[in-house]
Amino acid sequence: MTADTLATLSDQLILATILLYLAAMVGYALELAYATRPVQVRELVASDGTTVTQETTATEPVAWAVRAGRYAVGLSWIGWAANLTATLTRGLAVERWPWGNMYEFVVAMILAAVTVYLFMQLRYPVRFLGAFVSVIAAVGLGFSVRVLYTQAGPVVPALDSYWVAIHVTAAIAASGLFTVGGVAAVLYLVRREGPSRLPALADLERVAHRVIVIGFPIWTFAVISGALWADKAWGRYWNWDPKEVWAFITWVAYAAYLHARATAGWKGKAALIVSLVAFGCLLFNLVGVNIFFGGLHSYADVK
Amino acid sequence: MTVTDQQDQKAAPKPVGLGVVGWLRWGWRTLTSMRTALILLFLFALASVPGSVFPQRAVDPGQVARYFADDRVKAEWLDRFWLFDVFRSPWFAAIYLLLFLSLIGCVLPRTLAHLKEIRRRPPAAPRNLLRLPHHAEFAADLDVAGAAAALRKRRFRVDTGPDWVAAEKGHLRETGNLVFHVSLLVLLLAVGAGSLYGYKGNVLVVEGDGFANTVAAYDRYSPGASVNAESLEPFSFRLTDFQATYIGPGHEKVGQPLTYSAKLSVLDAPGAPERTVDLRVNEPLDVNGTLTYLIGHGYAPVFRVTDGKGQVAYEGPVPCLTSNTSTYESECVIKVPDARPQQLAFLGRFLPSTLPVGEEWISVFPGAANPTVQIWPFSGDLGLDSGVPQSVYDLGAHKNLKPLGTMTEQPRPLAVGQSLDLPDGAGKIEFTGVKEWISLQTTYDPGRMPALLASIAAVIGLVLSLTVRRRRVWVRMKDGQVTVGGLSRTEGSNFTDEFAEIVASLNPRSGVPDDR
Ligand code: HEM
Repeated sequence: MTADTLATLSDQLILATILLYLAAMVGYALELAYATRPVQVRELVASDGTTVTQETTATEPVAWAVRAGRYAVGLSWIGWAANLTATLTRGLAVERWPWGNMYEFVVAMILAAVTVYLFMQLRYPVRFLGAFVSVIAAVGLGFSVRVLYTQAGPVVPALDSYWVAIHVTAAIAASGLFTVGGVAAVLYLVRREGPSRLPALADLERVAHRVIVIGFPIWTFAVISGALWADKAWGRYWNWDPKEVWAFITWVAYAAYLHARATAGWKGKAALIVSLVAFGCLLFNLVGVNIFFGGLHSYADVK
Repeated sequence: MTVTDQQDQKAAPKPVGLGVVGWLRWGWRTLTSMRTALILLFLFALASVPGSVFPQRAVDPGQVARYFADDRVKAEWLDRFWLFDVFRSPWFAAIYLLLFLSLIGCVLPRTLAHLKEIRRRPPAAPRNLLRLPHHAEFAADLDVAGAAAALRKRRFRVDTGPDWVAAEKGHLRETGNLVFHVSLLVLLLAVGAGSLYGYKGNVLVVEGDGFANTVAAYDRYSPGASVNAESLEPFSFRLTDFQATYIGPGHEKVGQPLTYSAKLSVLDAPGAPERTVDLRVNEPLDVNGTLTYLIGHGYAPVFRVTDGKGQVAYEGPVPCLTSNTSTYESECVIKVPDARPQQLAFLGRFLPSTLPVGEEWISVFPGAANPTVQIWPFSGDLGLDSGVPQSVYDLGAHKNLKPLGTMTEQPRPLAVGQSLDLPDGAGKIEFTGVKEWISLQTTYDPGRMPALLASIAAVIGLVLSLTVRRRRVWVRMKDGQVTVGGLSRTEGSNFTDEFAEIVASLNPRSGVPDDR
């Protein structure tokens, strides 16, 4: 296949991915709405301090709605495969790592977020996140196709480096994890105490914490490898360029979340609000900094 | 992280009439409490926000100058609060120093406590193991040595009594946490040392020209406070060739650069053997830790100017400033102080790939496919002896220059080899060729390596402090009856599965342990 066909294939696969994620979202939503009756949740505190949630359901779940949830997971996997293939074909078309501009970066970040969700739901009961992760994935891809799209092509010399593979890949992986953490945190804040279709607060808080604990060292590594790259490319490893400033702010904000969570009186809601502030900083760094501030990092090609 | 490690989070009690010492102690306790550290950390982040909103002198002085030109009063107010020098401002330094102190005050006592903790034996078994959150009981012929060996195999540190074994694991969590926080301190120190003992210099070199690493050779030189001019690494080089390639027509991003490559012949020291270096973006020239980076390039058309008396008054390349980076249309200023009877000066517009559009000429591509230059001549007094400093890229300051002949918006451009005869027999200017220039930045930063090592240590420490769990296990055996108790000291971690495995490894018959 020629580079052009590969590039076109990639573009078409992205559209297919959006449709698949939307279809999956409908399935998850049906399951949330009809298969999970508002449950009576009681949180029991075990003797070692861990909380155990005990759920009692009033009525039997509706069989077809449960099936809708299972189909949704299947659709998510197919969408994920399309997303992955789109990224791979883009990379083959341009003969470099397929995250050289903002369009490619957002596509990869969504791939990472969906990957985190899909692999998490293999091991933990987190299917309730599906609907929300799918919405974010579909909207994010739509946004990147409509607003950020850049024709497949080579990158400027500064980006033509193996550091892309190290630095940007780490940033993408961390962003994917933080996205799932952000979804869980929002659900936590939306869900009220008492019976709800949404899962127990303790479960949401655990999901958020788990992904952020994995994401934080990866983000730290991304920032450090960025400094190493800057040292190679620009002759200084840290110059308070807007992108660097916001990467740092994001890092501090997630560190503050970890500290807050370890501080008595800040657990739960307050800590998760801090994590959402941190997620906001992450998104601002991704979108806002490229659009508003410029600086050496603005290769993003936003028109 | 551990439930019992939280005494430092209690707010220090307020001193009641304790005098200076009391206040100092209260101040120190407050400063080094985790809450203060958190607030300082937030302030640190918040304080760097204006550094991304306003242009910074150290990063983009031109942009700062534009602020002053647009609204002088506002810019002066911003400047009063150091908003163009956020990262060198006293208030930023204050936060930085307080955080630094807070970290020291927090890390030192914790390190001492941890060193003691590491050397302590695992605490003796509580009387009733079945009261612990994790416990199991089974009948087996287990002896103390056997139980201790099984736990040691799982890398617990073990202490034994006549009929009990105490085991503990996971000190690495606190070790990692301390390594992380200490590394942050080292990182802050390394960054500080780098800016004190390092320097940065910028220079522009035209193809064919050379550069020797001395303070005088730089166009802009910014040393740290403790650098002296003799300590510069004595290397030199000549730029033999520069090549740039660009995306060709037919793509959305036509004209975007693809590769830059500058061929240098380098002498690492006077008298050293010459070596050839291919300088590229992301691949700096390294001479004993002093690094030289390729950071920009542009065109330097070559001119020969003959004055009114028939003498060649100027001959050579003139570096032009790139005014449009997607077409490399450039602006040139040529000053000819040696011209007689009157001094001459020229403004030029260099077009690397020229295309006529109606009565105008534009550049359509950054490569020099069809280079031309438009010339506007002036004559008069350049005022170079006036003592007022002048930019080589600007004619604006010369009040005593008069246009030669009629000035038009779009003079017919000269191709290579063509010349323009000046009116009134004032001479002529020939466009003889095209060279390119590169801009280089040289940096020496002795803090780079320590900063890198500290960052690596920080990541390792961080991973340990976030993943290692601290837990204790006790075993008692009496008359063939074994009781096992377990306690996780890391909040929120799941110890149930591991405890079950431990019990199974102790019980030769592997009865199903009843946990919780
Ligand atoms: C740049 C600044 C800092 C960063 C990024 C940072 C990061 C961290 C991280 C990631 C943890 C692990 C949290 C967890 O186990 O869940 C931690 C723990 C901790 N940090 Fe920091 N820290 C910073 C500054 C400070 C300072 C200045 C202090 C002390 C005054 C401090 C005191 C602590 C303490 C006491 C813990 C253990 C938490 C606990 O035992 O409850 N940190 N820090």
